[in-house]
Amino acid sequence: MAGNIIYRYDGSFEGLLCCVFESYERKEIPFAVLPPDDGQTMLAPEREIAADPEKAARVAASIPKKIGPEAAGFVKRAFLTCLPGKERHILLFLRLGYRQGPQVMGMLANDTVHVLFQAVNFLDRETHLLKGFLRFSEFDGALAAEIEPKNFVLPLLAPHFCARYPEERFLIYDRNHGAALVYRPYQTAIIPADRVELPEPDEREREARALWRLYYKTVEVEGRHNPACRRSHMPMRYWNCMTEFCERKEGQKNPPRTNRSGDQNQLPFICGS
Amino acid sequence: MDLFDKLKILTDAAKYDVACTSSGVDRSAARGGIGSAEACGICHTFAPDGRCVSLLKVLMTNRCAYDCRYCVNRRSHQTPRAEFTPRELADLTIGFYRRNYIEGLFLSSGVLKNPDYTCDRMIETLRILREEYRFGGYIHAKAIPGADRSLIERLGVLADRMSVNIELPSRQSLSLLAPDKSKASILKPMGEIRDGIRQNKTDLVRYRHTPRFVPAGQSTQMMIGATPDTDYRILNLAQGLYRNYGLKRVFYSAYLPVVENSLLPALGTRPPLLREHRLYQADWLLRFYGFSAEELLDPEHQNFNPYVDPKCNWALNHMEVFPMEVNRAPKELLLRVPGIGVTGVKRILTARRTASLDFEDLKKLGVVLKRAQYFVTCRGKSVPGLKLTRDSILRALLSSKELNLYSRDLDWGEAPQQLSFFGGAGPEREEVQRWLAI
Repeated sequence: MAGNIIYRYDGSFEGLLCCVFESYERKEIPFAVLPPDDGQTMLAPEREIAADPEKAARVAASIPKKIGPEAAGFVKRAFLTCLPGKERHILLFLRLGYRQGPQVMGMLANDTVHVLFQAVNFLDRETHLLKGFLRFSEFDGALAAEIEPKNFVLPLLAPHFCARYPEERFLIYDRNHGAALVYRPYQTAIIPADRVELPEPDEREREARALWRLYYKTVEVEGRHNPACRRSHMPMRYWNCMTEFCERKEGQKNPPRTNRSGDQNQLPFICGS
Repeated sequence: MDLFDKLKILTDAAKYDVACTSSGVDRSAARGGIGSAEACGICHTFAPDGRCVSLLKVLMTNRCAYDCRYCVNRRSHQTPRAEFTPRELADLTIGFYRRNYIEGLFLSSGVLKNPDYTCDRMIETLRILREEYRFGGYIHAKAIPGADRSLIERLGVLADRMSVNIELPSRQSLSLLAPDKSKASILKPMGEIRDGIRQNKTDLVRYRHTPRFVPAGQSTQMMIGATPDTDYRILNLAQGLYRNYGLKRVFYSAYLPVVENSLLPALGTRPPLLREHRLYQADWLLRFYGFSAEELLDPEHQNFNPYVDPKCNWALNHMEVFPMEVNRAPKELLLRVPGIGVTGVKRILTARRTASLDFEDLKKLGVVLKRAQYFVTCRGKSVPGLKLTRDSILRALLSSKELNLYSRDLDWGEAPQQLSFFGGAGPEREEVQRWLAI
């Protein structure tokens, strides 16, 4: 019953849940599910799926009931990944889940499940790495950091950093997704932010950075020099935002890389499976 | 002397300590405090030598009353000396921690004046962090052998993990190279920490608010290749430490000659990195795969095969167990298949509940088929065209790029020289050649 139709949804998780609803109501599987800003053209009719809070709530409530609470969390995380065509993968996963019940979470060898699990693994790994590789700078008592992740990790980083610095005010700006996590004691928000300019570092901040660079340089045991090992643990795409690799005196971070991985979603979408 | 000089000297002096993990505790910051810890540990960066940097690893001071021959900080060594004040070090830690450079502090020290005084200084630093800053991040403290028991206890309440370095794998080596330390003086604090942790566990059951003593457990490290001790001896020692002292980790550090001494390998000798790697592999087999030291090595084979990892080696010597049916084999046996790790086993166990697995499926579950294919069957069938004899498997595994890699890193010609003082112990050349000849 794979339909020759493209769903166009509003880009929100609720919107995607409405697509799932639509797919069941019309007894069809869309050829693709695309967010509104996805400019690619395909030779298939398109249907606008309007976000309907009521439908979304029905689907949202049914997931923990029919497929289990674990699956509900899993799908939410899958929505944050950078998997091309993630929307359709999630839709297929949910359809499989409604049919199979909670055991779908264990069907790791199934292609639909496998693709999504891999993507979520990548998301989790990137989140974990960024918990370590993220670097704050202090400006007038507040902390600010910039990151360039491939997945949308801010919602997953938030609990970690809020539990770590409960009394600080801080901002984490995601250059690739144009969003920022803002925290002040006991209040968190993720807001869209197109451009965040950080001020010049003051004397104290410069000293802290210099101390850290000195520490980083000194801590290597030269007799064991092994840059390949370092790269495999810490891929170079993270270095751009890390203090120890920004040697220039002023300017807190290296400039954004031109190849924004957020654009990957705009690459021609190929519906392989 | 400014902070930069101090940091440089005291980092330089501490960096040969390998442990830099921040695992074992889960904790959020208290209200009004700063700092949390995650049980899995977090690496904050990786040094150019590929080692994880998780903690600010420094010495309180590198002035030392001892004269251990292998150590850069020994009394008789001409090197610049420095000393942090507790306040200075606490401020530096917080400054780094706020910027998310580190996960916490790894504090060790040379023995200044006497062990008790040194321990006092460390306690003062940790006290400032924990009580004044209400710091909830990770702290790893080195127990100073010879310090008073009450001081060790105080340190254990302030720190998350403690360690006493066993330094060398045998008593003879220790008395030769570290004349001021004895086996007893090292094992005593280790035993005290173990007893403290046990006592604390029962106390916690009785009184909920008992302060936790060394919640992330204790670890130790020893040097590999400074003395003629064999892998068999080292691994047995490690196993004993895990079993009898309840250690969380034993670290192995390939000895890198930093000082000229007739008792030690010459300066410029390359560190035995492959040997260290093999020991870590075996260590993992002990802790997560249900192997025992006696299974991996025995008095006839005292050293690891440089060309095949310990798990593969075991499998090749126990071909009667294989091939194993993936869809039916129990967990303990699956863990013994080369190419299947702990995560792989977990996924197989989950996935085979709903479907019968074939080789394509195994690949999706993250199994390294290149290795595992020789040891497993799926639905009763092997990969077609594979010869499943010990020799053919060995040849197939050795023909991979690892062979080149290993032979490049391993300079066997130098090995007897390096150990000449003790007579030709260490990896047998003949043995290696025999392996290559197959």
